[in-house]
Amino acid sequence: MSASKNILKKEIVVKSTTDNLAMIRDFMKNTTTELGIPDEIIGKIILAVDEACTNIIKHAYKYSPDGQIFIATRFADSKFSIAITDEGQHFDPGKIPDPDLNEYYKQKRIGGLGMFLIKKLMDEVNYSTLSGNKNQVVLVKYLPH
Amino acid sequence: MADFNVNLRGVGPVSVIDVKGYLDAHTAPELENVFNKLLDTKQFKVVVNFDDLKYISSAGLGVFMAYVETMRENMGDIKFSNMQENVYNIFDLLGFPILYEFYKDENEAIKKFDLLG
Repeated sequence: MSASKNILKKEIVVKSTTDNLAMIRDFMKNTTTELGIPDEIIGKIILAVDEACTNIIKHAYKYSPDGQIFIATRFADSKFSIAITDEGQHFDPGKIPDPDLNEYYKQKRIGGLGMFLIKKLMDEVNYSTLSGNKNQVVLVKYLPH
Repeated sequence: MADFNVNLRGVGPVSVIDVKGYLDAHTAPELENVFNKLLDTKQFKVVVNFDDLKYISSAGLGVFMAYVETMRENMGDIKFSNMQENVYNIFDLLGFPILYEFYKDENEAIKKFDLLG
C-alpha cells in the first residue's frame, strides 16, 4: 500500500439562495475541468451537486436565505468526492421512496425527483448527521484511470 | 445569476415556448409564469423548443410534470422539440419518454397537433 499522493482539495461556502446555484455550478465546472475529468462525467457531477444544494435550500433551510452551504471537493486515487454540509433542518432521505413517474403524473407531484437523479448520476451517495446538528451528504464518482 | 430566457409565440393554434440557457430551481418560476399565462388564456396545445437550452435540473422537469395533465384534459398536450443530447439524457434518466413526445424538429411537433385537429 502506498500513501495517497496528489490529493487535491477545493472548497466554497455559499448562502442558501437559488440564485447561487449558477455560482455553485461554475465552481464545480472549474474544479472538475482542472482535474481533466471527461466532459460527460463533469455534466453528471454538476447536476448532482445542483440537485443536492437545491434540496438543502428547499428542505433544510426552507428557502431561508441566511443559511450556509459548505462544499468541499477532494480528488485522490481516481476517486472524486464532494462533501456538502448544511446546518438546517435534518431530513431522512431513507424515508423518501424512489419516484414512480406514472404516479407523479397522476398526482401532479413535482418534488422528489432530485434525490432520485443524484442516485442515478453518482456512484455513491452517503447521508450523515455530524456533530453540531450539521447534515452532510457525500457524493462520490470513480473516474477512469 | 443563471442565464435563462423564455419566449412565447403562436404558430396557428399552437403555442411555442422557446427556452434558452439554464433552467434550474432559480429560473423555473419564469417558465411557470408562461404556463400560467397559457392556462389563463385557455391555450392548451404547447410545443417547447429546447434548441437553445444548455442545462436542465429536476426543478425544470417538474414544471412540465405540473402542467401536462391539465393540457391533456383540455384536448392539448406539451410536446418537446429540438433537444440537445445532454438535456435529453436527463429526461431519459427519469423515464420521460414514456409519457411525453419528443421531436427533432419544431414543425414535426406542431404538425402532430394539426393531425389531431
